Amino acid sequence: MEAWNDFKGETWKKEINVFDFIKENYTEYTGDDSFLVGPTEKTLRVLKICEDKAKIELEKGIYDVETNIVSGINNFKPGYISEDDDVIVGLQTDELFKRIVNPYGGMRMVEQALAAYGYELNPDVKKHFTTYRRTHNDGVFSAYTTDIRKARHAGLLTGLPDAYGRGRIIGDYRRIALYGIDYLIEKKKEDLLLLEQRTLDEYTIRLREEVSMQIDALGEIKKMAASYGFDISNPATNAKEAIQWLYFGYLAAIKENNGAAMSLGRTSTFIDIYIERDLKNGVLTETDAQELIDQFIIKLRVARHLRTPDYNELFAGDPTWVTESIGGMLEDGHSLVTKSSFRYLHTLINLDSSPEPNLTILWSDRLPHNFKKYCAKISAKTDSIQYENDEVMRPLHGSDYAIACCVSAMTVGKQMQFFGARCNLAKALLYSINGGVDEMKGELIVDGFDKMTDEVLDYDKVMSVYDRMLEVVAKTYVDAMNIIHFMHDKYAYEAGQMALHDTDPEKLMAFGVAGLSVVIDSLSAIKYAKVKPIRNEEGIAIDFEIEGDFPKYGNDDNRVDEIGVDLVKRFYDKLCKYPLYKGAKHTLSVLTITSNVVYGKKTGATPDGRGAGVPFAPGANPMHGRDASGAIASLNSVAKIPYAHVCEDGISNTFSIVPNALGNDDETRYENLVNLMDGYFKRGAQHLNVNVLNRDTLIDAMDHPDKYPTLTIRVSGYAVRFNRLSKEQQLEVINRTFHGNI
Amino acid sequence: MTGYINSIETMGLVDGPGIRMVVFMKGCPLRCLFCHNPETWTMAEAKEITSDEIVKDLANNATYYDNGGVTFSGGEPLMQPEFLLECLKKIKEIGIHTAIDTSGVGVGLYKEILEYTDLVILDIKAITEADYEKMTGHKIDTFNEFVKVLNESGKKVWLRQVVVPTINDNPEYMHDLKEYIKQIKNVEKVELLPYHLYGVDKYKELNIPYPLEGIPPMNETKLDELERILKEE
Repeated sequence: MEAWNDFKGETWKKEINVFDFIKENYTEYTGDDSFLVGPTEKTLRVLKICEDKAKIELEKGIYDVETNIVSGINNFKPGYISEDDDVIVGLQTDELFKRIVNPYGGMRMVEQALAAYGYELNPDVKKHFTTYRRTHNDGVFSAYTTDIRKARHAGLLTGLPDAYGRGRIIGDYRRIALYGIDYLIEKKKEDLLLLEQRTLDEYTIRLREEVSMQIDALGEIKKMAASYGFDISNPATNAKEAIQWLYFGYLAAIKENNGAAMSLGRTSTFIDIYIERDLKNGVLTETDAQELIDQFIIKLRVARHLRTPDYNELFAGDPTWVTESIGGMLEDGHSLVTKSSFRYLHTLINLDSSPEPNLTILWSDRLPHNFKKYCAKISAKTDSIQYENDEVMRPLHGSDYAIACCVSAMTVGKQMQFFGARCNLAKALLYSINGGVDEMKGELIVDGFDKMTDEVLDYDKVMSVYDRMLEVVAKTYVDAMNIIHFMHDKYAYEAGQMALHDTDPEKLMAFGVAGLSVVIDSLSAIKYAKVKPIRNEEGIAIDFEIEGDFPKYGNDDNRVDEIGVDLVKRFYDKLCKYPLYKGAKHTLSVLTITSNVVYGKKTGATPDGRGAGVPFAPGANPMHGRDASGAIASLNSVAKIPYAHVCEDGISNTFSIVPNALGNDDETRYENLVNLMDGYFKRGAQHLNVNVLNRDTLIDAMDHPDKYPTLTIRVSGYAVRFNRLSKEQQLEVINRTFHGNI
Repeated sequence: MTGYINSIETMGLVDGPGIRMVVFMKGCPLRCLFCHNPETWTMAEAKEITSDEIVKDLANNATYYDNGGVTFSGGEPLMQPEFLLECLKKIKEIGIHTAIDTSGVGVGLYKEILEYTDLVILDIKAITEADYEKMTGHKIDTFNEFVKVLNESGKKVWLRQVVVPTINDNPEYMHDLKEYIKQIKNVEKVELLPYHLYGVDKYKELNIPYPLEGIPPMNETKLDELERILKEE
């Protein structure tokens, strides 16, 4: 086949196997960044249109929304940023920044979101989704148990994807470029036939329906591409087509779905193979190559979803988590770094810093030094990228996995995730002390527990009740997740994305915890100091008096760090007692994104001395200011939280350091950042967000947002424009520990 | 053996190559006008630490120190020579890079100490006898003695000069400095450090009058200019 000219290898030609294609054909690059070029005039013109329109969007909240048509792969007319200058084409709707209504998740969210921005849904559409069919949200609430409703109402379980798209599914968009749509359809049809041989139990019946929907979806993707004038039936024949074909796959996903995180996967090294071939054949220059990538990245930056203001309070800055994973190693000791890995990162210079796409480096100390240094340089200059440890994830997922959202690893096209938000562990601890009564609402949330009446809290007693409480909470949490994903499949199945997976992929169900450091320190206080609850008339502890000092998480002190290790293991074991929908595997994350502020707001005073309503630390971070033994001790404490077999959905740590503490000159700063990452990840840690900035800059940006329109910072698992955070969130970021303050 | 320290920074990034554990030792015979660590001058409130404890902390965090190591700073590390020597010996046994950040003013054992030191970060206080005494309250002879042994040791040297407005922030001084440091061998790097005001509050806390009252912090742009002069051929 002409499209595959010069490509080596056989296996990938006989089956769908993108990774085999990559291994056989990619060119590792170990050189430095000196080959990179600036943006073209075309790119700058396209960028300018986006920037101007984004300003209007920021003022209005949203730019526009389509209220007559609902989400779908091929429901919208073609749209362009600039018909003349778009090198890679395709928008979610017919106009830049015009958002999509997705009622399959639930009507209430749609109506709230539209009302917030002064829009109204076409009455016929509304009627359809309220009279003639049910939504995911309707399904979930029909099945929710009393316990789930109470836990949800009190904020014990929050952020559950029961009213919007679950997201965190990564289609293997590369398959379209490598094989063309027709071959993918043919393969799916074969799979559908094969399923006839299985016992037609509920699982297989469901799967057969899903595969049929996938086949339809592939056809829709082909039609959608055709509306832009492209025939994607066959494999891409050059770099431009490869990016365009791949992007049509991703575009279909974000036209069809509005999941919280709609991640891209791992595309840079795949694309590089086509670019290298074109460069060799003299049909592409470096400037052309960078232009293709710049324009592709612009497309990823302009993806939008319709959210409610409540949602924005949880996840600030209109994030879409177009996460792209870059780097990583092969088993043979070579890295998967190519020139295009550099080109992707270079977009942060050519197009200015940006939170999206969420560029994620799969780190290994064995990555080429020049690449590591370039990453550090981009971090120091833009604070826009994050790092995750290839050495702990590769053993679980192989060399072709990608990150969904912030820290969730999955093998591309072979694993998918059932996203499950998080459980507030700090609240659960307070329930153990308060007999299951919510400390803020005063309502009984969890039955079967007595209020503790002890004058001083006893560690063993608290632990034994907390253990029992976590048991009950785990059951409620698993029930909620099983219901949610059952209904999501039923009413809002992601046919387009699942069509780009193997037919019966492994499923991971991702549970999460919030408030980890608060609970660790609370238990440490109860164990090593004297903690006296201060109770109201109803006998609910509304505050705590602490006598004496206690070891705090974040100081590399095993006495307290072990409490954290025990806690995540304990909770994970309890979750594992309950089987999951579709035979999914249990995974757990310690990740909050910006929701740590809201969790804190909804949680009363805790035994560690944290006041009522005070924000939690983000992710697995130690509480601000309590990590007083230096940066390394702080990092070491987080690195102890176990990844493999426990927190396999990720452990987020956000680290801020002032530039001058990192070294006296840029060169030294970059090298030291590399050393820091090597040191941290060699300890088995999983994730690090790096910010190199001064607190004064943030304070100034808070007072004068106009001076810093593109100031981007890493929060927990994603990056955000600082001026898109709420005042509360900005203050929380400013109050975080900045290492190296003199 | 037990030594006396002020504090330990486990992630020092500006005192030698790579990430380093920096041991701030107690006690210094100099009273440099620009000193920003007056709390390390005396033994008051010193923390005791054994060489084994330092080695254990280093080994525990070794993944960070692969391209870095340990730096003994202060205070003046050479003022506790036996302790310093024992630490350096034990640290070299576990293969970690060692540096001392010193004014070159100690009480002997220089040859032995330097044998176990990979890098000497040496402060230049002033380049004439009179200015040196004015700046440090101490005669320059001790420093010269150390430089002699240092030159014989063949060890790598980074030089540091704090640049203070009105005292040495002029091109003439840079020219003189360039000449002066020719007597020191194996110099890999010369760093100009801007004088800053971070020490002011510490003096207040310690009830010591601030010696450079009224002198502003060093302007970074001007510092870059001086650095250019120092480094031009």
